[in-house]
Amino acid sequence: MTSANLLYTDVEDDLRASVRSLLGDRSDPNDVLAKCESDQPYNLELWHTLSAELGVAGLHVPEKLGGQGASLRETAVVAEELGRSVAPVPFLGSTVLATSALLGCSSETATALLERLATGAITGALAVPLSTHSGAPFPDSVRATADGTLTGRVGAVADAVVAETLIIPAIGDSGPELYSVDTSADGVGVSPLRALDLTRGIADVELAGVRGTRLAEPELADGAVREALRTGAAVLASEQLGLAQWCLDETVRYVRERHQFGRPIGSFQALKHRLADLWLELVSARAAARHAADTMATGGADAAISVATAQSYCAEVAVHAAEECIQLHGGIGMTWEHPAHLFLKRAKSDQLALGRPGQHRAALAELVDLPPS
Amino acid sequence: MTAHTEITAEQLRERARALLTEHDPKKTERLEFLRARFDAGLAWVHFPVGLGGLDAPRALQSVVDAELAAAGAPDNQPRRIGIGLGMAAPTIRAFGTEEQKNRYLRPLWTGEEVWCQLFSEPGAGSDLASLATRAVPDGDDWIVNGQKVWTSSAHLAKWAIMVVRTDPEVPKHQGMTYFICDMTAPGVEVRPLRQITGEAEFNEVFLTDVRIPDSQRLGEIGAGWQVAQTTLMNERVAIGGNAIPREGGMIGVLAKKWREHPELRAADLHDRLLRLWVESEVTRLVGERLRQQLAVGAPGPEGSGAKLAFAKLNQAISSLEVEFMGEHGLTYDDWTMRRPDQLDFFGREAGYRYLRAKGNSIEGGTSEVLRNVIAERVLGLPSEPRVDKDIPWKDLPR
Repeated sequence: MTSANLLYTDVEDDLRASVRSLLGDRSDPNDVLAKCESDQPYNLELWHTLSAELGVAGLHVPEKLGGQGASLRETAVVAEELGRSVAPVPFLGSTVLATSALLGCSSETATALLERLATGAITGALAVPLSTHSGAPFPDSVRATADGTLTGRVGAVADAVVAETLIIPAIGDSGPELYSVDTSADGVGVSPLRALDLTRGIADVELAGVRGTRLAEPELADGAVREALRTGAAVLASEQLGLAQWCLDETVRYVRERHQFGRPIGSFQALKHRLADLWLELVSARAAARHAADTMATGGADAAISVATAQSYCAEVAVHAAEECIQLHGGIGMTWEHPAHLFLKRAKSDQLALGRPGQHRAALAELVDLPPS
Repeated sequence: MTAHTEITAEQLRERARALLTEHDPKKTERLEFLRARFDAGLAWVHFPVGLGGLDAPRALQSVVDAELAAAGAPDNQPRRIGIGLGMAAPTIRAFGTEEQKNRYLRPLWTGEEVWCQLFSEPGAGSDLASLATRAVPDGDDWIVNGQKVWTSSAHLAKWAIMVVRTDPEVPKHQGMTYFICDMTAPGVEVRPLRQITGEAEFNEVFLTDVRIPDSQRLGEIGAGWQVAQTTLMNERVAIGGNAIPREGGMIGVLAKKWREHPELRAADLHDRLLRLWVESEVTRLVGERLRQQLAVGAPGPEGSGAKLAFAKLNQAISSLEVEFMGEHGLTYDDWTMRRPDQLDFFGREAGYRYLRAKGNSIEGGTSEVLRNVIAERVLGLPSEPRVDKDIPWKDLPR
């Protein structure tokens, strides 16, 4: 059953090294902190380097569609590194959610748009609330007329603030459809929300009779959105792993240096045991996240179970790691000047993103035949 | 480095087939076959030639096992003699004299002589190095007095590996010596130790003026701690060689009951069940990942957490299982004091599993000690200050 490769390949190790080195130079958590309250909290120069120069925007897109022809395994490795540095770039919204939704469409317009996203020429976002679970019914807050005029409102759309194009699930005369609109078009309103997560923007999207470009008809639209959300959930597990890794590494570093009662606080068993438990959670999260990425990449029958398992587990590990990071840093962990809160805010938001752990467990109950009653 | 080339899987298969031809398992008495297998070097192929092995890579053992099992050959009932195979044998191999290796290893492997372990004492559990059982020299012999505890198989054993104090004047780690003790010698008394489950898997062993010849000493006088480290390291190396299927462990028992008994399902139990299902699945994947790392020769530190995770899961799952059973959860299958040959988690009912699993976080290193090991060796955190490090053993408070 488990033939999934749970290790990192040499290619993936190399990819990680380049992304980490770039992020180390250009997006240290302290730099991120310094800019998070500015007019432009996103680091779009970094995003351009990552997407257009390093090619991370099209890793899991086939070469003939303008991508790198790698797989979701590589995309997940990038997500780990981005999580580890809470880099404010629209990777989840554009590269993972919007791009994956387009991969589920077959129209020429969708293919053309996909190529532009995959090469990093433009940035996109999938117009669903970030909290949407892949098992939820098709979104019905936007209506489409027969000529493709879109009206409605979508709350909490990830990375919409910096998107040039929005992929919009809408209900048309004969059911679910998928459209694209340019955010600069008349009648499109993107209003940034004050987000709990300081490093990933969310926005309300308002569509007041905007003419959209139809990407997919009912027979494909529902599946495309569902698969995009599931892909997002799989990749998010790797981001959560990266967040947790930073929190553990920083905390271990701190408790070795910080002295109280005449010794490093990391020599007290009360702290050591908590960190040993956290390490074990991290080891487990890595296995779960790799399994989800690999089964999604290979399209195995196990993918649905694997993603639900990984999300249920990794979401809570990331939150736990960030909470432990704050607590074990003591007073300094509670200050704005220490970047730990960026990780807590991201981890807590990620826990709600693309389905709460409890929703993933409920989905699992059905998948593995353990019904509630 | 030597120019010697390692034996291949195919060569091992040939040797196994030759053994089967010369000693047809259908016509050969069990013990005779096992002795022949040992002498052919097919017992544990990574051991030296002449001691049951062929100096082959350890990973190739499965090739031999599969070949012989397919032909219906008897095995040495490895679970029954786990302490001998897993702990005594590697220690004797590493520290024994040629004479000792030749005397002990063959009947150990065939199971003719069962082994047990006399390490823990009532006053020395996690702090094994504080042990108090004394050995005093007497001519070419040693006279041993003291008490050991948590000794499984003591009532079946011919031999024990044993650590005792030979010099109380030096700090605790320096004054111990490692011996092989004859469990049938005068002065050795084995009493079953009844557990909270009702049965007695373990024993206490009382040693009163037990005479041990110096030829049964393993390693130098005073080097008992170093020798014991080899034994204990091998205790923790025992990571399963085979992939575990989904729902393979304790969670499988509970999941099956959940499916079979819709009338017992309840909302409060459901989310706990799913959380434990997820944790079991993730722990299974950690094991799978570790196996993949070993296969490419790059083992990570993940193994250190395996026992910790196993204990936690077994306890949580068995606890939920008792609650799930409702009215039946109030009952217990059997309080009879018995002495089972080996642990049987799955042949018993929920209450037994719940009680027995309590031992999983104590035996073979408590979960607290394991957390220290992870914190210090994997995460590099400093150790607690050692107040007893330089004090002679006899002056330690106890």
